[in-house]
Amino acid sequence: MRMRTLVATFGVAALALTAAACGKDEPAAGGGGDAGAASDSCGELHKFTAASGVDVAGSQTFTKAKTRGNLIVGVKADQPNLGYKDADGKRCGFDIEVARMVSAGLGLDPDKIEYKEIPSANRETAIAGGEIDYYVGTYSITDKRKKQVGFAGPYFIAGQDLLVRKDDTSMDAGKTALKGKKVCSATGSTPIQRVKDEQLTEASNISEFKTYSECVSQLLDKKVDAVTTDDAILKGYAATAPDELKVVGKPFSTEKYGIGVPLADKALRDKVNSILETSASDGTWKAIYDETLGKSGSDSTPPPLEKY
Amino acid sequence: MFSVLTDNWPLFRDGFWLTIRLFLVSGVLSLVLGTILGAFRVSPIPALRAIGTGYVNTLRNTPLTLVFAFLFFGAAKMQLALPNPFWTGVGALTIYTSAFVCEVVRSGVNTVAPGQSEAARAVGMTFAQVLTIVVLPQAFRAIIPPLTSVFIALLKNTTIAAGFSVAEAGSIPAAMSERGENQLLTLVWITIGFLILIVPLIFLQRWAERRVAVA
Repeated sequence: MRMRTLVATFGVAALALTAAACGKDEPAAGGGGDAGAASDSCGELHKFTAASGVDVAGSQTFTKAKTRGNLIVGVKADQPNLGYKDADGKRCGFDIEVARMVSAGLGLDPDKIEYKEIPSANRETAIAGGEIDYYVGTYSITDKRKKQVGFAGPYFIAGQDLLVRKDDTSMDAGKTALKGKKVCSATGSTPIQRVKDEQLTEASNISEFKTYSECVSQLLDKKVDAVTTDDAILKGYAATAPDELKVVGKPFSTEKYGIGVPLADKALRDKVNSILETSASDGTWKAIYDETLGKSGSDSTPPPLEKY
Repeated sequence: MFSVLTDNWPLFRDGFWLTIRLFLVSGVLSLVLGTILGAFRVSPIPALRAIGTGYVNTLRNTPLTLVFAFLFFGAAKMQLALPNPFWTGVGALTIYTSAFVCEVVRSGVNTVAPGQSEAARAVGMTFAQVLTIVVLPQAFRAIIPPLTSVFIALLKNTTIAAGFSVAEAGSIPAAMSERGENQLLTLVWITIGFLILIVPLIFLQRWAERRVAVA
């Protein structure tokens, strides 16, 4: 009997310990820990009016969405000011606004969009398999991807940069100062492959996590010295913790973000291009940029479209 | 179909090689830790039994991702971090797998007739001697199939490490997507890779079963 009590006590104590530890750990794993907390809830979204009487002749995707009554859009959920989902489940950011703008342009209520969080590695499969109608989530247009996915856009041009701790001036020179520094990025991502290919730092100094939030958490815990990816993403994080983080500001690549649509659906791609074209000329693009990424203090203009 | 593999051969080779190392190192460590914990659970000392029971009840089927996340992010905040991602990954897999090994060993011990250990004690053996010389060798016969299952699970569980800075086979799809390669074919090749890795385990199980079979 005494033994049993002891076992029970120990078990309960151990459980309580782990439970406490897990509770403490979870925000760090999920959403950038301390970095996210402050300005994490999504505010008002841009007001869009769905166009009326739209028809995209020859687009299977559009026909299906029209019958369904709404669009299914692939997005990211962990990129502040780009593609973000707050604690209440509200979504906001520049990519979300672009997704809503396209929905409105297609004549479907943007408030009825069904969002699906698709990790980078599954984007091509999700688009090709018809799981989503289109994808808006820092999706760089590359020649290799063009063989699997159709791209409308680009709607934004970003460049690879470094996010460092505010008080760290050792990497102010940009990529050439990375030697000997611990660098973190998303698993298998283009930015981390560039670091490897150009040997910007030693292989043993490279960390790869599933999300950038996890890298930012490691940066704040001083387990890594820099997080590298497109400046658009980094600025979003810097804006959530301006006292602790900063973007170096020496971009060393050009990433053209496109909207991924099914490869065969040229009609949809052309239609989305014309929606982007209109938004550039009527000031909508500028308005949604200023409401989201523009808050970081850097200005931007709509890039020229690539129509192929 | 083959070009997906041949064009990216270094990626597959390095990924699977890391998977194999991760599996072997954490496999050996979980076997050792799991057996020790199993011995704790059947030992005559209440405190040791309590440690074994507490460990198993806390960690068995705690989501592996949570164990990883704890070691990578929680431990970092408490200055308890392991030297590098590989060893942190080994730590997470070992902690998780040991709980299963422990239970498999314990159930094996329970299959050995009590008369065996009573006889061993009667000739003056200590608890450690009874366990290592008499009970565990007999228990081993019963635990080969479930232990193989635990190790096959461990092999596949290594893929969780991909999200935590250990670039093993599970991280290949992410890199392949960035290269614009076909994701479905990538997954087919990874599946084939894991099937190939499982074959030696199955043969090892058959060999071990034959070796310890009652003639």
